[in-house]
Amino acid sequence: MRFDQRHLLGIEPLRPDEITTLLDLADQYVTLSRSREKHSSVLSGLTQINMFFENSTRTQSSFEIAGKRLGADVMNMAMQASSIKKGETLIDTALTLNAMHPDLLVVRHPHSGAVDLLAQKVNCAVINAGDGRHEHPTQALLDALTIRRAKGRLHRLNIAICGDIAHSRVARSNILLLHKMENRIRLVGPATLMPPGMDAFGVEIYDDMREGLADADVVMMLRLQKERMDGGFIPSEREYYHRWGLDAEKLSVAKPDAIVMHPGPMNRGVEIDGTLADDINRSVIQEQVEMGVAVRMAAMDLLARNLRARPTELSA
Amino acid sequence: MTATLITHARLIDPDAGSISDGALLLDGGRIAERFDTPAPEVPGAEVIDAGGAFLAPGIVDIGVKVGEPGERHKESYKTAGLAAAAGGVTTMVTRPDTTPAIDTPEVLTFIRDRAEDDSPVNVLPMAALTKGREGREMTELGFLLDAGAVAFTDCDRVVTDTKVLSRAMTYARSLGALIMAHPQEPGLSKGGAATSGKFASLRGLPSVSPMAERMGLDRDIALVEMTGVRYHADQITTARALPALERAKANGFDVTAGTSMHHLTLNEMDLADYRTFFKVKPPLRSEDDRQAVLEAVRTGLIDIIGSFHTPQDEESKRLPFEEAASGAVGLETMLPVLLRLYHSGELDLPTLFRALSLNPAKRLGLDCGRLAKGAPADLLLFDADKPFILDRFKLQSKSKNTPFDGARLQGKVIATFVAGTAVYRSA
Repeated sequence: MRFDQRHLLGIEPLRPDEITTLLDLADQYVTLSRSREKHSSVLSGLTQINMFFENSTRTQSSFEIAGKRLGADVMNMAMQASSIKKGETLIDTALTLNAMHPDLLVVRHPHSGAVDLLAQKVNCAVINAGDGRHEHPTQALLDALTIRRAKGRLHRLNIAICGDIAHSRVARSNILLLHKMENRIRLVGPATLMPPGMDAFGVEIYDDMREGLADADVVMMLRLQKERMDGGFIPSEREYYHRWGLDAEKLSVAKPDAIVMHPGPMNRGVEIDGTLADDINRSVIQEQVEMGVAVRMAAMDLLARNLRARPTELSA
Repeated sequence: MTATLITHARLIDPDAGSISDGALLLDGGRIAERFDTPAPEVPGAEVIDAGGAFLAPGIVDIGVKVGEPGERHKESYKTAGLAAAAGGVTTMVTRPDTTPAIDTPEVLTFIRDRAEDDSPVNVLPMAALTKGREGREMTELGFLLDAGAVAFTDCDRVVTDTKVLSRAMTYARSLGALIMAHPQEPGLSKGGAATSGKFASLRGLPSVSPMAERMGLDRDIALVEMTGVRYHADQITTARALPALERAKANGFDVTAGTSMHHLTLNEMDLADYRTFFKVKPPLRSEDDRQAVLEAVRTGLIDIIGSFHTPQDEESKRLPFEEAASGAVGLETMLPVLLRLYHSGELDLPTLFRALSLNPAKRLGLDCGRLAKGAPADLLLFDADKPFILDRFKLQSKSKNTPFDGARLQGKVIATFVAGTAVYRSA
């Protein structure tokens, strides 16, 4: 069992065995989270700061709960409200924070690469909670854990990722992870929401849902990112729902035991039919949320072990 | 001023496309005589023994940004001039994208005076094509021409209103003025920080299709056909734009094109983990594009190579990639960086200096850029092989934003002459 990372900035630098290590540990944290006494002390004495430069309720709470269950001192900083408005640069914010000696820094930022930049300037372990349209590694890991538990394996599966691929960091991290674990990946969505050059990633690209979903083991829906739309990617929400929204009829071409996933928050009636999303026989959307906490506990535990193995850096 | 005799030099003659052993006698600011080996004794002349180093016509760099007026903390005429001299650039053709823009004869006269006082190398200013570079009304092209503007350009801003541009072009044609444009379809390229493709998609960067350059060039060429203006495309950086350029030249339009040192030596993969010093405008392209553009320089389809020297302070680069400023300094690094292409066998020296010195001089109607008797003694003497590791903090520029920091390079300027006087000598 090895995990050689100082930070968790993306799926790209991870080896397949590191991914397996993390998921194995996360399985144990699922058990812990389901027990009455949910507390562990592996992060005891460590300080975790959640720094969200973009609004998020779900991811931020998930990281907060994960940290608290492991005994860390957790602090949330809503960055949109504070220093950015006063004109402070990202690096200055990072240096200010660094002087408070956090051990784990969880960062979400609207610009691709911003979390990498920040990680270069601080001494603590940094977890990317989503940067622009680049990566969202813990989301891909929680999706992987959900798939592994539902399907009993994380390789040689037909996985369809559907919808707004272009604006999605979730899609990028998932493609990288599922590709590393040797799955067959199809991307399905309107051509205007398909980033250029994706065929070079070893994925198949479909415009038509019925073709893309045929014999799929896993159907992963993406949120239609309305807040990122500069306008004009799709003609209307109803046409989008008609052609790319997941309903029982479109799902019927997938394998009978195919699972349906969504990173949330959902736009019911836009990318997914509400009844289908609530169908406990098909939808694993609630499990994804549960796995999210476990995967984040595992990630912080592994990073903290590496942190403790290093000699203390005296200079700030 | 005494005469100078440079002996035992390897003369790079871009006009003849040759390299030969020889000597030059500089007198009265001009090349008084060119000798084949061995050079005779010239009484009273200071003799510089080049010891087999290359002697080439000084570089004429079109598209240099100096921070005056408005951003003198980034670059002044003094520091830009020192950087140019150290880089073998004997003429800087400066951009008007200053704050405020150089769009009136008064501002132009001010910066010409500043340049004359402070810069050791020649400075020829370009002026804005439209007032405030806003693309709405043409500037006083006639007055600006009289005040010494050598070309008109709104730099990286595209004049989107074709009516405005066509009128400005028609007026410029009546004056015989040269227009330099940035070929780009601004709607398509809006918000783009990288070239679209696998790399930008992987990094999650908002990207621009290389087609935007061709569309911009196509439009401009149609307007050139309509108005008959003398037109220069500042940077052609994609394979897709080249056929359009070739057709325009074959049709006999007065069209030339340039490209940048960065697009000839780097590609999009160099951005790696969001290295903002590699953020230039237009963004770095694919390796296929780089090779196509290099081939176009070899064949002469692309006429001119420039540094597009763009000083930026540390603060504007220490930001997330999308927010960081574009541009890189290049006056001092251009020669050793481009010599990489010579050392790799991709470009010979006469072709290189045709694009660096001869063609830009010709395009602006200057009589420099050649090693002929009677031409201005704007020269550069350099050792093409001397290896060194570039340290950005040793550059003369006030701004140190070069993507080549720490790069292993070969080639050092030994001396730079402007009008027969050494403005730079290596220590």
